[in-house]
Amino acid sequence: MSGYSADPRIRWTEWLPWIAAIAFFFLLPGYLSLGARILIFILFALSLDLILGYAGIITLGHSAFFGLGAYTAGALGAHTAVTDPLVQLAAAATLSALLGAATGAVILRTRALTLLMLTLAITAILLEIANKWTSMTGGADGLAGVKVGELLGWFRFDLYGKTAFVYCLVALFVGWWVVRRIIYSPYGAMLTGIRENTTRMHAIGAPVYWRLVLIYTISATMAGIAGALLTQVNQFVGLNVLGLEPSGDVLVMLILGGVGRLYGAFIGPVVYIVVQDTLAKQYPEYWYFGIGVLLIVVVLFARGGILGIADVFTRNKKTL
Amino acid sequence: MYSLETRKLCKSFGALTVADNIDFRLEPGARHALIGPNGAGKTTFVNMLMGALAPSSGQILLGGEEVTRAPQSARVRRGLGRTFQITTLFRSLPVLDNVALAVAERSGLATRLWRPASAHQEVIDESLSLLAGLGLSDDAAVRVTDLPYGKQRLVEIAIALGLRPKVLLLDEPAAGVPSQETEKILMSLERLPPDIAILIIEHDMDLVFRFAHRITVLVQGVVLVEGTPEEIARDKRVHDVYLGEAHA
Repeated sequence: MSGYSADPRIRWTEWLPWIAAIAFFFLLPGYLSLGARILIFILFALSLDLILGYAGIITLGHSAFFGLGAYTAGALGAHTAVTDPLVQLAAAATLSALLGAATGAVILRTRALTLLMLTLAITAILLEIANKWTSMTGGADGLAGVKVGELLGWFRFDLYGKTAFVYCLVALFVGWWVVRRIIYSPYGAMLTGIRENTTRMHAIGAPVYWRLVLIYTISATMAGIAGALLTQVNQFVGLNVLGLEPSGDVLVMLILGGVGRLYGAFIGPVVYIVVQDTLAKQYPEYWYFGIGVLLIVVVLFARGGILGIADVFTRNKKTL
Repeated sequence: MYSLETRKLCKSFGALTVADNIDFRLEPGARHALIGPNGAGKTTFVNMLMGALAPSSGQILLGGEEVTRAPQSARVRRGLGRTFQITTLFRSLPVLDNVALAVAERSGLATRLWRPASAHQEVIDESLSLLAGLGLSDDAAVRVTDLPYGKQRLVEIAIALGLRPKVLLLDEPAAGVPSQETEKILMSLERLPPDIAILIIEHDMDLVFRFAHRITVLVQGVVLVEGTPEEIARDKRVHDVYLGEAHA
């Protein structure tokens, strides 16, 4: 729980994800590329939690920013001499922020179902652009041969994914730190107020619309960075980063983990991607079935997500 | 100069006129009541004053400045606060946070993105002292939804006071409260700072006549009469359309 009554100090349990990630790096060197993928989707889910879980903006279009970031890094790496990963990341962040501010300014005047459809429309438009603009994006074949230079002019992206894993971990740590500061700040408390009761926020003089546009832009920036990381790690980008499917995936991940509780965005992608990876090896055509069953079980029996189950043991207080 | 003034304020929904050329004035420090039978247009009037509803024509002036087209947030910044007829609170948040959000908005701290909210001691201290003034000190950490309804009504008032309003609109502050608790609310209202101009909309006639120094009677969107409580109590027309019916 955040807000004026909350203790903002970092609890020991909050270090567990980072300890787990470091342990993963040393204990499972053969799975580092899977690990990097998980870290990227955690960052993506975290950005979604900021607007969905805290500000209460429902969206099926968050992949618009993820995809724009992914294609920005991809286009720079494939078509230009800009191969510095941090410069690519900065470019992706900037374009995603611009798209977030521009589309947010238009759609955040609406609410509920209208808003949901508009977010979906925006990512659908981007998907179609990426599909048709083959000279830039490679169209349905995707964009291969994305060149990514040495990190800080020193660390090469190696075959085993060591650099990639650490790079994503650091990016996620920075993202987590920023999100955590925002959530515990007066701005975060104010966002909770908007989600809880928009009428009341208007009555205490909050310009709700502008506040939502700002947090939407921040969230879009983070999603764009996550997308760029995915391209850099794979050195490839395809159409699967845009449209309904990745938006739905990240939403399901967040719901599995627990919405509006910061660490739900950590648990969800781990469970989702591990289940996906395991099932896809056994039943390559039916792995979505397993995810579907999992989602139904969580929604029916653990309304607060997997982390919500922890509430039962801590007397219904949100501790994580 | 009036704290709040409306000039020929009108609002129609199609053929239905809910505000018909309302000329209304609120003096600084006033204790003014707006009464009228159900459907008289009282809540519509408040919503137009707040900016939640746009008038069809006419003007609204706040402290002498025209705010007819100004958004709600701009009016609140100029000192207009309100409470709601139906409790409109942040239900899952602690009482303290409900008030602190308002205090933070007023003091311009609500957009701070970095330092923790709970480290903004000045916001918390002011919120706690507002709660203390309304006898809610012991409830600061309680979630609003776990609070008895009478106290929730007081939280409404605490939030409005957190905005340090020059004009306060109280939309049925005692609505839904058991009669023994109405007294507590009335006592809290009587202790409000004397420099705030207060417009109260209320059905409870005992409360109105004890609290208000002036009363405006609204019937079907039209101001029927305005005067002191004594004048209103003696007015034949008021008896016919309102008091007569209510006391029958």
